Amino acid sequence: MIINISNLGDAAAYCDFGSEVNEIINSNVIDYFNHLSELIKNEKIKGITNLTPSYNKLIVSFNLNVTNYKETKNLLENIIIQKNIKKNNKKIKIPVCCEKEYGLDFERLNTKLSISKDEILKLFFNKEYFCYMTGFIAGMPFLGDINEKIRCDRLETPRVKVPKGSVGITEQFANIYTFESPGGWNIIGNTPLKVFDEMNLAEPTLIKPGNKISFYQISKEEYLNWNE
Amino acid sequence: MNNTFFEILRPGINTTIQDNGRNYMYHEGIAVSGAIDQRNFKFANKLVNNHLNEAVIEFAYQGPLLRLKNNKINFSITGDVIFKINRKNLKVENGICYKNYILEEDDQLDIISTKNTAYGYLSVNGGFEIEKIWNSYSINTKANIGPNKGKKYSIEDKIFIKSLNLQKIKEIKLDYSVSSDNIIRVIKGTNFDYFSSKAQNQFFNQNFSVTKLADRMGIRLSGCKLENIVRTNIKSEGIVKGVIQVPADGNPIIMLSDHGTIGGYPKIGVVISADLDRVGQLIPGSTINFKEVSLEEAQNIFKAYTEDTNKYLNECN
Repeated sequence: MIINISNLGDAAAYCDFGSEVNEIINSNVIDYFNHLSELIKNEKIKGITNLTPSYNKLIVSFNLNVTNYKETKNLLENIIIQKNIKKNNKKIKIPVCCEKEYGLDFERLNTKLSISKDEILKLFFNKEYFCYMTGFIAGMPFLGDINEKIRCDRLETPRVKVPKGSVGITEQFANIYTFESPGGWNIIGNTPLKVFDEMNLAEPTLIKPGNKISFYQISKEEYLNWNE
Repeated sequence: MNNTFFEILRPGINTTIQDNGRNYMYHEGIAVSGAIDQRNFKFANKLVNNHLNEAVIEFAYQGPLLRLKNNKINFSITGDVIFKINRKNLKVENGICYKNYILEEDDQLDIISTKNTAYGYLSVNGGFEIEKIWNSYSINTKANIGPNKGKKYSIEDKIFIKSLNLQKIKEIKLDYSVSSDNIIRVIKGTNFDYFSSKAQNQFFNQNFSVTKLADRMGIRLSGCKLENIVRTNIKSEGIVKGVIQVPADGNPIIMLSDHGTIGGYPKIGVVISADLDRVGQLIPGSTINFKEVSLEEAQNIFKAYTEDTNKYLNECN
């Protein structure tokens, strides 16, 4: 499953699962991540300090006072993965308001893609998405794949501040800005749902890799009166 | 309940609580955080007889002005820092780093500024009355995680201090000064071959200067524009502290403790673990050179760094 392992600096191993972005490769990454997480939780392996799964890579950080790259690589090569050890294909529904003040980039998408707002929304809401990874900022999910007709590049000049809760699309992906942050994705709406909750210590992140996500449209009134 | 606290009369530029960081959270999008300069963080704790991973106050450039309320404490400041102790009786003492002091009730501690480095540390015997979140005291202002609701300290905030036992503390001094070496050692990154041979050469032979865009997330450099001959974006993937990314404009960015956990720019190199404290302490305007080392050399340098740190820690006994 891992095609190649190399070192990323002196305190991390870089596991390459392939160059494509697709659900099969990503599921391999997630299986590996879940398996390693279990081993760490049960103290079966020592010295690993962090795991960062992404579309097609897994970075394994370690404590250089406890272990080193050679030992970590050896350990990773000799792990036998049980496939889908912990299936995490939970389904989550996300409400989105796409009124003018929340959907910031319909004009741009309209110009770039020659497609109306209504058509964009129809295509966007009419599909279930897969969560490839979580990160960049706390709890931000990277979801895919969106319909080919609504794929668009990032903004030429990224926004300095994208509002918290913004739902963005670019290329084959959709995401949700869990915090106000700089960013260049095309914003089509905003969710009142708390996607990252720092007060929920056991499970701060709502959407995890492997989850299936669908969006549904809400009115501005529903948005403003949202109560979790 | 214990009621000893620092009252913040001036917060300083970026005053937070830090420790050795928060692990196992990268996959949730949460950086490790922790003290930028781990060696000075450990020294600060050792000088007041704390556990080495006790929470400390980290400040950047201009530090805080603090008034101590309701008890006396033992404190120490590490780094390259100018500070004064304004005693209640109006006597003013110039502070010396790497030494411990007693601060009496209603004395003020004025951390004026750091000198040739960015960060300094204030430790208090017994530590602070705060809670760990995900196994760390570190404040992560990007995700609002940690003590003080994950925010940097503001005027009139209070930082409570744990109960302490002053009798135990003896006067300790450490003979240490922050190194001003400008050579930063790196291991080639996973996308090193994305860059033209000219750019590879420039990376290891030219000077780069630290721009004003430097904070706990990372440091943007300027110098020669590094030419990418493959792709200026990669499929987003994980990042670790010390990674040097090069976006399309050709200017390298070094990732520090509060970095985004995922990034989409090619990685030309990674700063070795032993040089991370020094990199984090760089101030805008300073000039650096990158030097290539092998993985094996990096591991040996780290061993020497650890032994050196331990040597200083043992001198405190």
